[in-house]
Amino acid sequence: METAALKTFADAEEMEVSFGPQHPSTHGVLRLMVKVDGERILDAKPIIGYLHRGTEKLFERETYNGCIPHTDRMDYTAAVTNNQGLVGAVEKLMGITIPPRAAYLRMILAELQRLASHLVWLATHALDIGAQTPYFYCFEERDKILDLFEEYCGARLTTNCMRVGGMPYDLTDGWTDRCRAFINQFPAKVEDWERLLTKNRIWRERTVGVGVISAADAVEWGLTGPPLRGSGVRWDIRKVFPYDRYNEVEFDVPIGTNGDTYDRYLVRMEEMRQSVRIIRQCLDRLPDGPVMAKVPKVIKPPKGEVYFSVEGPKGELGYYLVSDGGEKPYRLHVRPACFINLQALPDMVRGQLVADLVAVIGTLDIVLGEIDR
Amino acid sequence: MADDEKVAPKASRTGDGPAADAPAASKPPWEEKPVAPLPHDATSHPQVAELEAALPGAVAGAVELAGQVTVTVPLEMLLLACQTLKETLGYGFLVDLTVVDWPGREAGRFDVVYWLHRHRDEARLRLKVMVAETQEVPSVTGVWKVANWMEREAFDMFGLYFAGHPNLERILTWEGFSGHPLRKDFPIEGVDTGAAMYPDIFPPGGGPVAGGGEG
Repeated sequence: METAALKTFADAEEMEVSFGPQHPSTHGVLRLMVKVDGERILDAKPIIGYLHRGTEKLFERETYNGCIPHTDRMDYTAAVTNNQGLVGAVEKLMGITIPPRAAYLRMILAELQRLASHLVWLATHALDIGAQTPYFYCFEERDKILDLFEEYCGARLTTNCMRVGGMPYDLTDGWTDRCRAFINQFPAKVEDWERLLTKNRIWRERTVGVGVISAADAVEWGLTGPPLRGSGVRWDIRKVFPYDRYNEVEFDVPIGTNGDTYDRYLVRMEEMRQSVRIIRQCLDRLPDGPVMAKVPKVIKPPKGEVYFSVEGPKGELGYYLVSDGGEKPYRLHVRPACFINLQALPDMVRGQLVADLVAVIGTLDIVLGEIDR
Repeated sequence: MADDEKVAPKASRTGDGPAADAPAASKPPWEEKPVAPLPHDATSHPQVAELEAALPGAVAGAVELAGQVTVTVPLEMLLLACQTLKETLGYGFLVDLTVVDWPGREAGRFDVVYWLHRHRDEARLRLKVMVAETQEVPSVTGVWKVANWMEREAFDMFGLYFAGHPNLERILTWEGFSGHPLRKDFPIEGVDTGAAMYPDIFPPGGGPVAGGGEG
């Protein structure tokens, strides 16, 4: 590659640069072979798999509840929603209805997780583009969410906080008060960050018109989550196939218009406000009662196959479960949102500048733990 | 509490318990023994019927389980069926593509499973083809662009060859890796990684072994 670079340096023709896997703005171990002509990107080819741990193979040797900790380690910024998808799939195949209190607890934790995940996204995305300040504010808020997780289940990152049939624990005394205190002060913080960024000229220069993808292309590339909604498609699993008790709470699904990095930023900021709205409704209505349904000690779904998906912070996270009637899954496949979303990256960066590549990686909000599994 | 009462009728199952335990009927569903959904024939399901009408012979079998319809398609009809489903019937979104390994099955070792979505009425449909180890699967990358990496993953993990794929390389493991990890006959503790990966450095059976060699 050095010789190729030297040969073409004088007349500045195309050269190939390896970007990552050890690079802070690749959000993990993503590697991109980038073909550039000067600063202009001609093509980018993602190379992934550096974090492959064979999660789907590991599922096959675990009992169903034993699979849950493995899901924590896929998208490690959103362990709760990963748990939620897996237990949902098993419950669907077994015909389990979980108690309403468990469903509401799941929704509260999942929306807190969405906030935490979006905070990591905002922090790192802004940092990549050169705005350092939001990073510290975001992590301060995220820490408060992780404190709530820790109080509930003892873990901050790899929560392992759901079981087939419900929730493992009830809330500790005063948890709802502390959660309410958190969400009461949170919207003002979102305003603060928006004041730092939304009308900031540098931020707009770096994001408006960068990494544009049209609505038709977004569907064609199978994008889900904020990248799809940023292109103007109002589509959210929580609305389309409501799980838990999402049909009982009110919230809006924000969309963008231009499908650029700036719109996806606005979509996620609004999603944070909507998550707060959902949590507030859940806390207001949190029913009493058990948190665990009556399920057999040994989880043995009948023969059959089922697909169940949740709206994770990154997009549609699906689990395709094939059971042979045993106590371990015969096959448990994950439909990872980040893996599919990343595939559209070459189309989004072609013709743009190398610096924009960093912005587009940030706006896709990828987590390599989920891409590589 | 008010919500509790509101949602209880919706979730309750009908007629699953024996008539003998009368008080049990008032119990909420989460306190009863769960009743798993049963599969039933879905050849007359509207989603299946419209596929059969648009492309006669495409439906070799259809089952519905837990509200999800699975259509089995003959391998030779697969590409045509996918094109019809996308262009005529509007399934513009390929949600998921994966493979299930059934070693020793007579009808073919692998199930290739496609999970389609249609935005018009938010309907989902599962396509399934049975493929023998020696058979090629036509690539659907020409129908849905998103299939590209999904098929690469299926190739990597199961060793299925997708004919017509523009760039069928390993994606999660590295080039030069031997074996296909998600096949049932691939040992969970890994293969003899030393010799299998670097045959020019380690003697056959030598080198470091994944999982500490204990199996």
